[in-house]
Amino acid sequence: MSNRKGVYTGNELIAIAAIDAGCRFYAGYPITPSSEIMEVMSKELPKVGGAFIQMEDEIASMAAAIGAAWTGVKSMTASSGPGISLKSEHIGYACITETPVVIVNIMRGGPSTGFPTAPSQSDVMQARWGTHGDHPAIALVPGNAKEMYYETVRAFNLAEKFRTPVFILGDEILGHMNTMVELPDPSDLDIVERKIYSPKQGEKYKPFDMSKGDVPPMGAFFRGYRFHLTGLNHNEYGYPTIDRDMIKMQQERMMKKVENHVEEIVKNELFNMDDADYVIFAYGSTGAAAKLASKMLREKGKKVGVFRPITIWPFPDRQIDEVITSGKYKGILVAEANLGQIIYEVERVNRGRLPIKDLLKVDGTPVSPTDIVSRFEEVF
Amino acid sequence: MAGYINYEYYLRQDYRNLQWCPGCGDGAILQAFFRAVHELGISKDDMAVVSGIGCSGRISGYIDFNTMHTTHGRPVAFATGIKLAAPDKYVVVFGGDGDQTAIGGNHFIHACRRNIDMTIIVINNNVYGMTGGQYSPTTPSGFKTQTTPYGNYDSQFDIVKLAIGAGATYVARESVIKPVVLTKYIKKALQHKGCSVVEVISNCHINLGRRNKMKSPHAVLEWIKDHTVPLSRANKMSEEELAGKVITGEFVEVEKPEFTESYYKLCESLKGE
Repeated sequence: MSNRKGVYTGNELIAIAAIDAGCRFYAGYPITPSSEIMEVMSKELPKVGGAFIQMEDEIASMAAAIGAAWTGVKSMTASSGPGISLKSEHIGYACITETPVVIVNIMRGGPSTGFPTAPSQSDVMQARWGTHGDHPAIALVPGNAKEMYYETVRAFNLAEKFRTPVFILGDEILGHMNTMVELPDPSDLDIVERKIYSPKQGEKYKPFDMSKGDVPPMGAFFRGYRFHLTGLNHNEYGYPTIDRDMIKMQQERMMKKVENHVEEIVKNELFNMDDADYVIFAYGSTGAAAKLASKMLREKGKKVGVFRPITIWPFPDRQIDEVITSGKYKGILVAEANLGQIIYEVERVNRGRLPIKDLLKVDGTPVSPTDIVSRFEEVF
Repeated sequence: MAGYINYEYYLRQDYRNLQWCPGCGDGAILQAFFRAVHELGISKDDMAVVSGIGCSGRISGYIDFNTMHTTHGRPVAFATGIKLAAPDKYVVVFGGDGDQTAIGGNHFIHACRRNIDMTIIVINNNVYGMTGGQYSPTTPSGFKTQTTPYGNYDSQFDIVKLAIGAGATYVARESVIKPVVLTKYIKKALQHKGCSVVEVISNCHINLGRRNKMKSPHAVLEWIKDHTVPLSRANKMSEEELAGKVITGEFVEVEKPEFTESYYKLCESLKGE
């Protein structure tokens, strides 16, 4: 393996990590600030015999990635807010057909066209509830260049393991920031390979089998057994159904396959927390700023720690509850680049036990360490 | 290969919750499709059939292939992913007039432009049937539907012209009243390397005919017979004589670089880099 130490943008790291994780299909559509992911894919995928296609729109890119997944390949698409809005119907299709697929959202200002070249964290609730209907959600929020790489690898692993779409939420800062990174040898990575089910002689493959745990075995087209997929409520064989019990059981299993495995999916960084009096809760690029702010505040004699989720969905309820019930902390400052989204989740877990203050910013500039320091000094 | 065909072999034996109205043209089209697949000796394992939403969308559920019932208007986009990831397999799309020329028009024209090797069968019954009979981009002028209660004042798409204009390399049109010719066109489409489009004019007596003095399947089929003209005859007719008529036949059969072949040639050239 050649030396892969170099200066990379976050978007480049996502693309390289995807290929290292075994992604062999990419469909996308140009959009700022995520286009570089597609550009790298267009250059690198043909070299490894993977498929790349620039589709006619965002809707089609999501569809093509799902279609490809059912031929047995790991697939991905990337976009930003407006594109994710367009993909949303098909994200629901991926949820109900339980298709492993990775979706990157390099967030920019919104709503609508918003501020294409500016960072934002205003799509975090969209990643949870963007498509209609009840559905599970997994979303990762890397906070630095290295995590853009490793969390992309993890996103593919989680998609395979739980047979569901997985979001990577970056933002313009993380996507475009240049950082010196030494990439690992891909053979050293823990990769969850696609296990394509092969039915026994005479056995009919059930793409939504309820007898094999929360996650049914993944099949693939053109393997000598044939099956059906539909966006309609379906039975174990994938055929449309109006059977009330079947609909209920399948819907609940689809949610539970994530709910029952939260501990395997949740990941947080606790920084300077051991002796802290106060907690800054922040994720993504704001999380990186919060760590610096914690250091700056400590220089001023204020013991402040950082709770930085790296998985935002499912939400780290238990871990936050532990922080709150420990009795060690006097308050939480939630910092995010939106007008208040994740703060309501923190409050839901907190149930009024600790004072929660906010730092919300939507002027197109990132939440900086000094923003956090001055807001902290203002409220605590 | 012609002759006896066991249709049950191509139909799923464990799912037959038929949603179609008695007399619907979809059955005849499916029969023509099975016959084409049978006569070409294509294995069911080597073909993916992708459909959209609507009456035609239900086709994928009933047939024993690798099947995907997708979202409204988007089966071509899903099929593009399947074809690019599995370029040596047959990929067939079934969609309706609403599916392919309204909500999914963008995917339809781009598949034609790319000349990606798939067969798109557009079942044109001139109406949104499953949702109760609203007008589509192919509903004829003056026709009454649930959303044109005073008669249709909107303009129509000519699906054949749309496909040709967008770059499809095999384009044919036939109606359900000529299943033998239709079978021939579907066969040629399946054999064709590139994007092939077969428009099938079908009957919806329930949600179109009923509101336009054609209550029975027979009445709508008579209407289809009256307003379709084979290409050979149309060539000898004047513009005035052709007004309001729909021409059937094979319109385009050309060779052009096919998308997946071009892509994998590129991959081959980059090997070892």
